[in-house]
Amino acid sequence: MTDQTTLTHLQRLEAESIHIMREVAAEADKPVMLYSIGKDSAVMLHLARKAFYPSPPPFPLLHVDTTWKFQEMYKLRQKAADDAGMELLVHRNPEAEERGINPFDHGPLHTDMWKTQGLKQALDKYGFDAAFGGARRDEEKSRAKERIFSFRTATHGWDPKNQRPELWNLYNARKKKGESIRVFPLSNWTELDIWQYIMAQNIEIVPLYFSAKRPTYEYEGGLFMADDLDRLEKVMGYRPEITERSIRFRTLGCFPLTGAVESEAASLQEVVQEMLLTTTSERQGRVIDKDAGDASMEKKKQEGYF
Amino acid sequence: MTDPVYKTDALIAEDIEAYLDQHQNKSMLRFITCGSVDDGKSTLIGRLLYDSKMIFEDQLAALENDSKKVGTQGQEIDFALLVDGLAAEREQGITIDVAYRFFSTEKRKFIVADCPGHEQYTRNMVTGASTADAAVILIDARKGVLVQTRRHSFLCHQLGITNLVLAVNKMDLIDYDRQKFDAIVADYEQFAKSIGIESFTAIPMSGLAGDNITARSDNTPWHDGPILIDHLESIEVRAAASQAQPFRMPVQWVNRPNLDFRGFSGLISSGTIRPGDELRSLPSGKTSKVRSVVTMDGDLEQGVAGQSVTITLDDEIDCSRGDVLAAADDPPEVADQFESTIVWMDDAPLVVGRAYWLKLGTQTVSVTVAEPKYEIDVNNPSGLGSHLASQTLHLNQIGVAEITTEKRIVFEPYSYNRALGGFILIDKITNHTVGAGMLHFSLRRSQNVHWQATDIARAHHAAMKNQTPRVLWFTGLSGSGKSTIANEVEKKLALMNRHTFLLDGDNVRHGLNKDLGFTEADRIENIRRIGEVAKLMTDAGLIVLTAFISPFRADRRLVRDMIDAGEFIEIFVDTPLEVAEERDVKGLYKKARAGQLKNFTGIDSPYEEPENPEIRVNTVEMTPEAAADYIIGKILPLK
Repeated sequence: MTDQTTLTHLQRLEAESIHIMREVAAEADKPVMLYSIGKDSAVMLHLARKAFYPSPPPFPLLHVDTTWKFQEMYKLRQKAADDAGMELLVHRNPEAEERGINPFDHGPLHTDMWKTQGLKQALDKYGFDAAFGGARRDEEKSRAKERIFSFRTATHGWDPKNQRPELWNLYNARKKKGESIRVFPLSNWTELDIWQYIMAQNIEIVPLYFSAKRPTYEYEGGLFMADDLDRLEKVMGYRPEITERSIRFRTLGCFPLTGAVESEAASLQEVVQEMLLTTTSERQGRVIDKDAGDASMEKKKQEGYF
Repeated sequence: MTDPVYKTDALIAEDIEAYLDQHQNKSMLRFITCGSVDDGKSTLIGRLLYDSKMIFEDQLAALENDSKKVGTQGQEIDFALLVDGLAAEREQGITIDVAYRFFSTEKRKFIVADCPGHEQYTRNMVTGASTADAAVILIDARKGVLVQTRRHSFLCHQLGITNLVLAVNKMDLIDYDRQKFDAIVADYEQFAKSIGIESFTAIPMSGLAGDNITARSDNTPWHDGPILIDHLESIEVRAAASQAQPFRMPVQWVNRPNLDFRGFSGLISSGTIRPGDELRSLPSGKTSKVRSVVTMDGDLEQGVAGQSVTITLDDEIDCSRGDVLAAADDPPEVADQFESTIVWMDDAPLVVGRAYWLKLGTQTVSVTVAEPKYEIDVNNPSGLGSHLASQTLHLNQIGVAEITTEKRIVFEPYSYNRALGGFILIDKITNHTVGAGMLHFSLRRSQNVHWQATDIARAHHAAMKNQTPRVLWFTGLSGSGKSTIANEVEKKLALMNRHTFLLDGDNVRHGLNKDLGFTEADRIENIRRIGEVAKLMTDAGLIVLTAFISPFRADRRLVRDMIDAGEFIEIFVDTPLEVAEERDVKGLYKKARAGQLKNFTGIDSPYEEPENPEIRVNTVEMTPEAAADYIIGKILPLK
């Protein structure tokens, strides 16, 4: 008998995610990978490259853009796709663009129009029947109950009471025309797993995750980065007061919606250290979970949010 | 009480590298917790998360707030609220769906599937148990072994979980009474043995007070067994154990970036693999040697169970998704009839004889389920009376039944290899996952019946008759004109010197199928046999015409799947019910309306119209002869 090798938790998570991606590639007609440029997306993309190596992943990347992402995110976007040998699709909701929807004047409508509606439009436009997303079950309570293969109706709705049972590693990817599935290959990863994997595999991520002196302003009790001051002034109606601070981000989204944390953690080790010692959750800086009371994320998902 | 053993803040703060090193090499264990709402299951999980620092301040603040608002613990923190995520669950105070939670100790990462306890959520529990290495079964110390304890234990045992923890919870409410604890354990042991559970570990604990969960409790000095977290850290993970078994890898995807590379991608389900090892591809049986075990991090010297790899071989053998690569000298079996245990998971009950999709590993095939031999009483799974007579399976029922796959599949008994023994059933029309099952063994008749390779092949029969064999499947309401039109078509084909045969109610019901009645199961079997006969006749080179109501899509689908691609022509004789009833050639509608005929299609039994028939004829606008001409025009050329 050969020596027994005990796989580490990261090896098992990696193997599971790769298995999930291959199942989708084999069973879906037209899959796509949602790419948000954040750290989870970076890990998901890396896993996709591993899953199909030496072939490039047999699907494109899709970024549902809001025009309000950080400049450093836009910089990494094309490079990541090129490195993986994948096509990059970018979709911006034309109606939101035309109406100048922004996080200051439009509140929850900003997320709904740019992200929820934008995503639906993009999926319909290209006819994608399976979309990978980087969501994890440890992020939020209703995510904890979502399947890895999450079935959506033709109008992209999610019915939490009508989910397909998911046994062993057997995924039912069958659906009717017009229906689609969202697939979450990182379901069983935690925030710490993501960081450890980034470290172990040397995965490139947006530098905003690391601390640096950056221009910041305060808004409704939160600390934000003035990524594009002129644009901020235009929509806010005044020029916010800017202070240089050492900050970094635990998650990345639209810059006016993503709270920064004051930090000196400039290396991966320090970031992980800080994360382990912190006393607030990763989504704490996100405005989106709080806007409709407790079941906010569940409600958004029923409406078609990723 | 001492501080929980796995709070390692000091190490994180002082030497992050050492901490990360330690955590890089953790193993992973998946377990489920089962018990009903009142057993304190969610509280236990909330406690594990809390003690392992998986709850942050902002979550805690929300939790304290919620606890006062809707909690059941007065002013105390209600940990259950952390875990019950869906809005409906929080309102009703129960756990509906399986929720997955994560926490870590120094040695392990844990994934907990928190499963609902009520009988109506049996399917959810089975789902959670399917991926678990271990199960924690909670008992309320005040109540002892209950019906639900037996049900949960039985389900875990069925799903092959061998590491069972009997968590006797709420010990604080019985004053940590050792005698009561021992009595409960003895009671449980007797039951466990009766259903074949060989061993379990009993732990007295309190989720609310934190006894014996992450730290040994001073309240139970008499307990010399392990505490929960130590025990969970020491259980052997199944993936590691399966490395000792022969090599198996279901092929997921053929990796072909260019003409020089052809690899087979999959997750190794058991055993190990090295370059040079001899592999057999099943079901074809072809063998070759492993050239390399490819990953993006470089070729591996050895791949082991639990890893996702891509294997290249020395020879170009035929192998694709659904096939299984296995150790050449110790391959799994290939068969098409099995005894299985099935858990039904859909609101619509099992229809015996109907074709479903079966997915096992990466194989998806058409399957039919025979009438269950018996249903198992999940609330009383041991001893006399545990086997209930049953003609079908309803939601959350478990039964033992024979299943027959349309093609031979590669399998192993579930108890030996979950990856090649566990399957799901999918409804062909709704696409729901309607059931899950475990294969026990193949039935001897499928092992002993071998296809006789004949010298005069199918193509030869057809060539002699100068035609392409086909099945012209007429479907429609009673009185729609199926037989009349089929008869016209056959007459015209005869004039064209074609070899045909018409199957209809008269020549089939009086002979081949005279043992069948008109229940749903019998009607399905009727159609299945007609399909098989039609298939044999196409093998003989004939053009077969069938004229049966065949009201269910799934059954027509079953026949379509039996026949070679392109040879099954579904002809929908589209006559509105009012017209057919008006014609009422045989006076059957009148009888059905009077209640003298039961299950009559169109009256008290549905007719499911074909969604995409190859041919549709409208008998209101067309005469039978015109319809026949139209059909012939559609099937030309005949060769």
